[in-house]
Amino acid sequence: MTAVQPALPEEKSAEGSVDQRREFDRLIDADMRIEPRDWMPDAYRKTLIRQISQHAHSEIIGMQPEGNWITRAPSLKRKAILMAKVQDEAGHGLYLYSAAQTLGIDRETMFEQLVTGAAKYSSIFNYTTPTWADMGSIGWLVDGAAICNQVPLCRASYGPYGRAMTRICKEESFHQRQGFEILLELMRGTDAQKAMAQESVNRWYAPALMMFGPPDEDSPNSQRSMAWKIKRFSNDDLRQRFVDMLVPQAEVLGITLPDPDIKWNEERGHYDFGPLDWDEFYEVLAGRGQANAVRVARRKKAHEDGAWVREAARACADAQAAERMAS
Amino acid sequence: MTSPGDSGGRETWPLWEVFIRSSRGLSHVHAGSLHAPDETMAVRNARDLYTRRAEGVSIWVVRASDITSSDPDAKGEFFESPQGKEYRHATYYKESEAVPHL
Ligand SMILES: [Fe+2]
Ligand SMILES: [Fe+2]
Repeated sequence: MTAVQPALPEEKSAEGSVDQRREFDRLIDADMRIEPRDWMPDAYRKTLIRQISQHAHSEIIGMQPEGNWITRAPSLKRKAILMAKVQDEAGHGLYLYSAAQTLGIDRETMFEQLVTGAAKYSSIFNYTTPTWADMGSIGWLVDGAAICNQVPLCRASYGPYGRAMTRICKEESFHQRQGFEILLELMRGTDAQKAMAQESVNRWYAPALMMFGPPDEDSPNSQRSMAWKIKRFSNDDLRQRFVDMLVPQAEVLGITLPDPDIKWNEERGHYDFGPLDWDEFYEVLAGRGQANAVRVARRKKAHEDGAWVREAARACADAQAAERMAS
Repeated sequence: MTSPGDSGGRETWPLWEVFIRSSRGLSHVHAGSLHAPDETMAVRNARDLYTRRAEGVSIWVVRASDITSSDPDAKGEFFESPQGKEYRHATYYKESEAVPHL
């Protein structure tokens, strides 16, 4: 019996022994899980840290565009729902930070990477939420796209990641439904309310489709991630699946998806849809979106403002522990 | 000597592992981990983080650094091979297969 060792990269040779490499490949091929203290290739570890922490950051930053409407939700019921949803997103961020930590990175480091811009988060959260209908569009389209992305990841080859995703997916389904029902209620309302819903969907539709990432031919690392089973479907496949789900849902809402090229393709058995503006995607990614600076600055301020609470709680815990030792 | 995920002191609060009993009659099962300054706050944070939808009736927390585990590299020798010990399973006993209530 030994105490648990941290699986830090420098402790094990990056190359690994023949046996270690063979065991890793065997587990991946057999669709089994890699667990924290197993040997794993350095690139697998690094790629996972990047992917999981980026996902965690997205959940945490993603609280801001919706937090914006909590005080102005149109009813007590809507306010309670929105608060529960935003609280879930905080939880999702924490599950994922925990999963990333098992790979040997600490939370302080991840926080620093977020506020210095060294780590990315999903560009979708750099768009602003000027209307109440945006709470509907975020739930329906943004959480909808996130679910599409996340459900296959419940089977990710890295155990802690798959387990975090399973927990998250269970909670996400209410997010999409509450958003859909916000839009449905607006679409049953006055002309002004209908127009508000439509205008919001017009703004969120394309950015939501871009959440799956660039087209497959511009996504060079996808193949490797798919071989490692930390990505289970290609960006374009997931995007297609998402559009196929959206079209009938939009019909229920009576909302028009802002793409004149959407058309059922009998031969493919899928909906065709028009090209996306990838220049906009790369602009936002490069930091020139509507709210990039605000999002990061607010996260940083919240962290700094909370420093005294963390320190006080730590000091109190230490004092109590010392007291117990003395008595 | 730390568990996976414990960074060893760089962070303000220690890491705790959380175990939840989902209903009476079931064991506590590992749910995940979190940071908290002490055990009281760890239990409260675990409630907020892991039981927002009545997923539990009881919570255990334990400092990640207090967990001792088997050596990850000694799987083969430590967990003795079940080979040749089929007699530990009921299916090994063929003669009695057709006998009722056995
Ligand atoms: Fe989420
Ligand atoms: Fe969500």
